[in-house]
Amino acid sequence: MQSNFILTGTLHDVNIVMEDITELTLDDLCRACGAQADIISELVSEGVIEITSIESNLPREHWRFSGVHLHRAKVAMRLHRDLGVNFAGAALALQLMDELEGVKLKLNSFPT
Amino acid sequence: MEFKDYYLVMGVEKSATPEEIKRAHRKLARKYHPDVSKEKDAEARFKELTEAYDVLKDPEKRAAYDRLGANYQAGQDFQPPPDWAGRQGQGGSYSQSFQDDDGQDHSAFFDALFRGMGRGQDGGQQRSHEAFDMHGQDQHAKIQIEIEDSYSGATRTLQLRVQTQGNDGRPQLANRTIEFVIPKGIRAGQHIRLAAQGAPGMGNGSPGDLYLDVEILPHPLYRTDGSDVLMDLPIAPWEAALGAEVVAPTPTGQVEVKIPSGSVTGRKLRVKGRGLPGKIPGDFYFVLKLTQPVGQSDADKKAYADLQTAFKTFNPRADVEAIEKNLPAR
Repeated sequence: MQSNFILTGTLHDVNIVMEDITELTLDDLCRACGAQADIISELVSEGVIEITSIESNLPREHWRFSGVHLHRAKVAMRLHRDLGVNFAGAALALQLMDELEGVKLKLNSFPT
Repeated sequence: MEFKDYYLVMGVEKSATPEEIKRAHRKLARKYHPDVSKEKDAEARFKELTEAYDVLKDPEKRAAYDRLGANYQAGQDFQPPPDWAGRQGQGGSYSQSFQDDDGQDHSAFFDALFRGMGRGQDGGQQRSHEAFDMHGQDQHAKIQIEIEDSYSGATRTLQLRVQTQGNDGRPQLANRTIEFVIPKGIRAGQHIRLAAQGAPGMGNGSPGDLYLDVEILPHPLYRTDGSDVLMDLPIAPWEAALGAEVVAPTPTGQVEVKIPSGSVTGRKLRVKGRGLPGKIPGDFYFVLKLTQPVGQSDADKKAYADLQTAFKTFNPRADVEAIEKNLPAR
């Protein structure tokens, strides 16, 4: 009955909800962002994006990301390109935007 | 085509220094950046700003623009003078700097002024078109959907103005209609990715992707919180006090709601699994909201008076008084 929900997907799906994408490799992320592996690595170390596996210190080829992080990586790179903020600043902006979104939702759930 | 006043767009004087122009750009870019801004027309404003800055930050382009702009005002009908391209004599440097701009959809005004320059002079631009295989740019659009679309899934079409390459190799704007699926259970703030529906690539480069930023339109009854859906349910004071069974709507049909006795305003009654659908579906909540009849007739007033007598010891402001007592004295 649930077969028409998209539960997980890949970058090969033509029409996909980004937040449902899982198991992206470093290569996938590089291709989707048009960035070198070192840039993605920097995004990880600045905390813009996170590796989904629990184990830390995994070699790069075992890194896996979700679609949420693909989106965050893209936003960070655009903020860097268009506004001149570094990745630490982009991480802060993303965090504040998340908090703002949370506050808005809370406001929304109050009885009117 | 309309003349564009780039100084007006950037909010600077014609005499602005490069430093002032950079400052104005940074300030406005932060305000209208589509990833940050909540302004309705952010995307259009940001594009306009990028185009203006492209011209005003470059001393040669700015000088060329200033020579032309002296005779025009914003919005005025504009045709480039016939000798425009030939007058500059520095086409090479223009085509050089345009490699950065390729793939950006600047206005027809910008294209007429700057993109054609250098063509047929040193062939720089043509060469760059042939030599490059470049991945097309990703594009972004906001879509607004009804809450019901998330419950049932939907197919939608989207009209986009996209840049294509004409037969002469120059960019052209065209309208494109894209059909896409809104998957069941999509939530506000999620992004739909349409692979290869972005700007076309150059040479053998693959096209970019199109990202749709999903917004759920306000509904007169329902509001969402992630995958949960909420609705205010008005009830009478006696329903709250004594309990009641009432019939109320949800997006998936009417349900019978059991209001427990002794309920108060703000109490949430959960209908499990009736929120937005998904692997783990959200829940639906009725948020109780007490509403009382206005006492108009003598009979109404008597009913309220009886209530008052019955609740002689009830102090609706007991909490306020308790708090007030503990406030530091002034």
